[in-house]
This record gives sequence, structure tokens and C-alpha cells, in this order.
Amino acid sequence: MNIIEAKQLVHEFFRRDEEGNIEGIQVALDKVDLKVEAGQFISILGHNGSGKSTLAKHINALLTPSEGTLYVDGKDTSDGKNELAIRQSAGMVFQNPDNQIIASIVEEDVGFGPENMGVPTDEIWERVERSLKSVGMWKYHAHSPNKLSGGQKQRVAIAGVMAMEPKCIILDEPTAMLDPDGRKEVIKVAHELNEKKGVTVILITHYMEEVVGSDYVYVMDKGKVVMEGDPRNIFSRVEELQSHRMDVPQITLLAHELRNSGLDIPEGILTREELMNVLNLG
Amino acid sequence: MFREITIGQYYPADSLLHRLDPRVKLFGTIIYLISIFVAGDIFSFAFLALFLVMIIRLSKVPFSYMVKGLRGIVLLLVIAGVFNLFMTPGQALVEFGPLTISDVGLKNAVLMTARMIFLIIGTSIMTLTTTPNQLTDGLETSLAPLTIFNVPVHEIALMMSIALRFIPILVEETDKIMKAQMARGADFESKGIVRKAKAMVPLLVPLFVSAFRRASDLALAMEARCYHGGEGRTKMKPLHYEKEDRLSYVVIISYLILLIVIRIVL
Repeated sequence: MNIIEAKQLVHEFFRRDEEGNIEGIQVALDKVDLKVEAGQFISILGHNGSGKSTLAKHINALLTPSEGTLYVDGKDTSDGKNELAIRQSAGMVFQNPDNQIIASIVEEDVGFGPENMGVPTDEIWERVERSLKSVGMWKYHAHSPNKLSGGQKQRVAIAGVMAMEPKCIILDEPTAMLDPDGRKEVIKVAHELNEKKGVTVILITHYMEEVVGSDYVYVMDKGKVVMEGDPRNIFSRVEELQSHRMDVPQITLLAHELRNSGLDIPEGILTREELMNVLNLG
Repeated sequence: MFREITIGQYYPADSLLHRLDPRVKLFGTIIYLISIFVAGDIFSFAFLALFLVMIIRLSKVPFSYMVKGLRGIVLLLVIAGVFNLFMTPGQALVEFGPLTISDVGLKNAVLMTARMIFLIIGTSIMTLTTTPNQLTDGLETSLAPLTIFNVPVHEIALMMSIALRFIPILVEETDKIMKAQMARGADFESKGIVRKAKAMVPLLVPLFVSAFRRASDLALAMEARCYHGGEGRTKMKPLHYEKEDRLSYVVIISYLILLIVIRIVL
């Protein structure tokens, strides 16, 4: 069964003038079709303003479709009654780590979601411990989030979502404000959760390097899904990616140029090791 | 300059005071505040100081850390002290030209400065040993009867805890904005009230803008985590009284009674 299924999803933002009259309509999502199977690791790539964050907010029922339908875990997001159930089955992690941590102690923040859901006290503690351990932050459970690094804060935010025991987590540009180390940390944790706990992960990002290792990739531009396929397929379409303003990773670009100049290299090189193997340098 | 503020900060440690129920600490703080104004002579202040020292030792928070919180109000203390010292009429003790120090003035100045210092240190102990969430939990339960009068107790408590959580973040941000503007020639150093006030405008505007942006982000993040008001919410750290809490009530009340006795007898 598909855990997330979008059919012809449209979202329009209205620009209003000072009297509240509609000045113009901005189409943020334009007939998006999307299918995610339970247990998959999905990436959505896109440049700024491509509509990828709007899509993320739809999956969490923070926005509702202007047209079309979106089902999360079999529930229609446009039905207000499903709101809380959808947010429980699809948790969301945002870009800015500081602006999504509510409490001043790590463990209290992780407990915030279960508290809202009405989970009994003993179980909250079990969940907090389990989810903090799953992101490797248990030893900081009594710390203040202000003293953690960006990557650590983001892991706490992921733990806060994991404590709600969702079937699916949506990471909306979780690495955009982090340094390279923090970025690696967060992506690694996301993959671990996917592999060990079987959580469906939807990673929204504009760094192409981060989509390596996902099961399926969607590329968005101007509110439309413009490319989809597995990472190797996507990475082999270098010119097409560039036309959608994506920065192709250097190693893929290098392999692509070498191939164009006549070297015998397959398309869609994802990592440095792969290229070294192909060139017999390893 | 803003980093030194310790009011409202939590200091993690494992002590009796950290373990106490926040309701006890709230009650204790109120009694302590009353006691500061009951105390008025050297004996009662000595007793008060003794009590405070005991509490500080129990809290395991380094004294130097608490004193840091005083730095911010040194100027206020000095001004208030000087005004009390020179402006209070009474029998003159010392005269420097137009300025006279009266006996009442001297007494008032010392008394007031002592009270302010006791006030700041005493109340900061509560915030240093209580996490903001515990504190607001305590307030929420203590004020719960007010919901009958349609007072949004849960909302107020939540707003307080979020405000406390964001103090250090906004302080850091203020620092950043100041530095960015100093790099572009803004002047925060020069003296004069008008100039200082003018310098605050380009500081406050971006700070407010960013605070509103943070608020809107945070609201989204809370909604995404199923926040829907206080209804049907369970507590991760529910409040219940232990033996030491009941004992502390006894200690707090006997402290106040003793102080009043000292004040009357001596």
C-alpha cells in the first residue's frame, strides 16, 4: 500500500492588496503526482521556490490542497477531522533547528509530541529514551538545547518526531542551516532510522549529494514534478538537471565531462569511490 | 554585554532544591519575598542571610554564578543608593557643601540596597534550580482554579515557558545584529541618552522582525507535533508531593514565623 499518494495536487497562494482583494495567484504546486511506498527512502530535490516545501507542508496537513487529493496513510488531508491523525503518522522536521525546539531541556522537548497526543506518563518516558537513543542523543537528555551544535539540535528535533512513533517522517531541508559535519550527521541518522526502524523517510533538499542512497528521487521545478527515477537514473541526466537549476555534484559532473570527451565511463556516477573503481584507480 | 544575564536561566545539577516540587519553590519564593520586607534590622537581616546561605549551599549552584546576575543591576543599585543617601531628610551626619547625608538616609540606603540584592539572588535561585517547564507546570497547577473565571491558565503558562526558552536565543541574536551594525559603522558606545536611544532603533527593528518570523516558525512546528491546546494533554513530568516537599513547606513557614519573632523580640 502507498503510505503517501498525491493525485493532481494543486496549491495556490493568493497575493492580496491592502484591502484584501486578490491581486494575483501564485501556483506553488501544479498537478503533482506522487507515490511513496511504506519503508522507502524518498528524496525530493528542488531549487528555492520550486514548491518542495509547500509539498512537505501538505503531507503534514499544515496546508490543504486547492485542487486534487492527497492521501496520507489512507486518510484524506483535506478533511479537517483527520488533521491530528495525519500529523501522528507523518511527522515533520523543519529547517531551522532553533525555531522548532519548544522546551529548554532536550528530554522535555522530545516529550512534547507524545504529551500532545495524550500518551500516559510512563510510556512518554519510554518513548523519549527510545527515540533519543535511536538518534544517538541519549547522553544529552538532560542538557539545554542551546548548548548543542546545529547537527545535534536537528537530531533532537528528529527524536521529537520519532517519539510520536510516526510511520513516515518528512525532513524539510533539515541540513540547510548546518555545517558540512552536521549535514552528514543528520543524513546518516535519517538513513539509520529508515533501515533499522523501517520508517518511511521523505527528504526534501537542494543538495544533490544528499539524495545518493535514496530509493527514489523526485525533482521539482516551478511547482511541477519535472523528473523522477532512482538516483542513478536522475544523476545520468546532467544537462536536464542543470536546466532545472540544480547543482550537479562535482564528481558526477566530472564523470559526465570525461564521458563526453570519449572515455568509457557509464552514466550516473554517484560517488568518488565509484569513479575511482571505473577508472581503475582504486 | 547581554550574555551576563543569568535571570531566568536554569543551572543543571543534582540537588535537593532541584528535586523539589515547583509549587513548593513558588510558595517558598513568595514567602521569601515577604520576609525581605518583614526584615528591617541587623538581626533579622542576619537571620535572612543565614537562611539564604543555607539555601544556596543546598542548591549546589556556584555562588559566583548567581552574583553574575547582579552585575546587570549594579548601576540601578548605585543610583537608588545615592539618591536615598543624599535626598532623605533627617538629622545630618556629614555635610559636603549642598549635599548632606542624614541618619535616616544612610539607614534607608543600606536597607534598600540590601533588600534589592537579597531579592535578586533569592528569586534567581528559583529559576536556576527549576526548569522553565517545571516552573510553568507549577504555575499552571497552582493557578488552575482561575480557569473558572475564564483565565487561559494553560496558554499563559505555555507562553511563559516559550519566552524563557527564547531569551538566550534572542540575546545571541541581539549580539549578532549589534556586531553586524558596528561593522558598518553604527555607534553603540557613545554616551548620552538621546544618542543611545537613537542607536537602539536600528537594533530593535531587525530584532522584532526576526522574533516574529521565529514565532511563526515555532507555531508551525508545534502544530506539526499535534499541539492543539491544553485539552487531552498528558504530562511527561506530572507533579506530586513527596516527603521532602511536605517537609519543605514546614521549613518555609517556620522560617517566616521565626523571622517575625526575631523582628518583634529583638
